Amino acid sequence: MPELKVEVIPEGTVIDHIPAGKWLKVIEILGLTKPNGGTLLIASNVPSKKLGRKDIVKVEGRYLSEEEVNKIALIAPDATVNIVRDYKIVEKFKVSIPDEIVGILTCPNPNCVSNHEYVRPRFKVESREPLKLRCHYCERTIEGEEIIGNL
Amino acid sequence: MDWNGRDVISIRDFSKSDIEFVLKVAERLEEELREKGSLEYARGKILATLFFEPSTRTRLSFESAMHRLGGSVIGFSSASSTSVRKGESLADTIRTVEQYSDVIVIRHPMEGAARLAAEVAEVPVINAGDGSNQHPTQTLLDLYTIKRAFGKIDGLTIGLLGDLKYGRTVHSLAEALAFYDVELYLISPELLRMPKHIVEELRERGVKIHETTDLEGAIPELDVLYVTRIQRERFPDEEEYLKVKGSYQVNCKLLKNAKETLKVMHPLPRVDEIHPEVDKSEHALYFRQVFSGVPVRMALLGLTLGVL
Ligand SMILES: [Zn+2]
Repeated sequence: MPELKVEVIPEGTVIDHIPAGKWLKVIEILGLTKPNGGTLLIASNVPSKKLGRKDIVKVEGRYLSEEEVNKIALIAPDATVNIVRDYKIVEKFKVSIPDEIVGILTCPNPNCVSNHEYVRPRFKVESREPLKLRCHYCERTIEGEEIIGNL
Repeated sequence: MDWNGRDVISIRDFSKSDIEFVLKVAERLEEELREKGSLEYARGKILATLFFEPSTRTRLSFESAMHRLGGSVIGFSSASSTSVRKGESLADTIRTVEQYSDVIVIRHPMEGAARLAAEVAEVPVINAGDGSNQHPTQTLLDLYTIKRAFGKIDGLTIGLLGDLKYGRTVHSLAEALAFYDVELYLISPELLRMPKHIVEELRERGVKIHETTDLEGAIPELDVLYVTRIQRERFPDEEEYLKVKGSYQVNCKLLKNAKETLKVMHPLPRVDEIHPEVDKSEHALYFRQVFSGVPVRMALLGLTLGVL
């Protein structure tokens, strides 16, 4: 099956290989839902050799940094990011999980202070393979399904 | 490490040399205190003790430590008597209280509360227990007690007995002991075994570990027996609690097979884990352990205040 042709953008960032259905979460995490977030082109449920179905998000007129995009690594671990200038891809990278996850994931511990006070949840990455995070506040570790469930 | 202004939140933030340093300062203070009766290092300084849940012993120990350093104490001992009841945020309480004080000691029922308080406050914050998470000053005073009794920690065989599953004190004590060359006996009912990830971490860090349910069998090997209470409130269901309640007791008969130099410790309060007949024996170290809380907390208060 030939890959669907998705409109090219002249300048900006293309985030490819997002698991199907996760585009909204991606733009939320990257703060692109705000009025000044940049023009968005979204392709959802696109056939993909690698993922079966995938989403693509194109942000026109903004160059997202590697650090910025790494925030989505928990929900889109296979995402690739292309920086486009003058219709050409000038930079390409895969997302990778940062050392610290801030504000994306809520703590599954109901007695954790981060679930009761006005505070951004924070997790330190203890290991990447398998993924294991430790809450900065309650110090409890979370792994696997529990991470996905609390995104 | 610059101690002036440092927060004391989790034993995980401590390196071995941090621990050794605190123990050394505590020892120095204990000796000075014995000579002079009271000290003046914190004259004019104010400690605020914020106990959002009651823990009389810990609060008294901190208050005594501050008074012995020549400082003074303000505070509250239950959240119901404060504006927290009116829905004030923890951050606002901390920002208010730090206007009145030079150091804050906090006890809070939520895990992570002390960390949050430390992020908000300009003055140093010392964690006196955050839910089932951390109680770092307890661990430091446990280590101090062992060191004072044996002159060392390296080379000892230490038994941790009781609720190793939910027991906060034994988790952090075990993690801190991993800095030393010790052998650990983890003695508990099957249902209350030390969580696997902690055992694995200890093994990775080179601690020789024996997991057993057999207290009698382990006793002759030990230099220290650290007893903990089975705390009903930590159990998710009552039935599980009833199965293990009263499953062991340390008494003189049991201690007949122990080394003469064996020391029995307990973070107190005890219920029936240690028979009162043990109190008068040479083995009992638990009241000395309570005393150790004062020099250790004096050291932490003085260091974080920058007056030592
Ligand atoms: Zn947490």
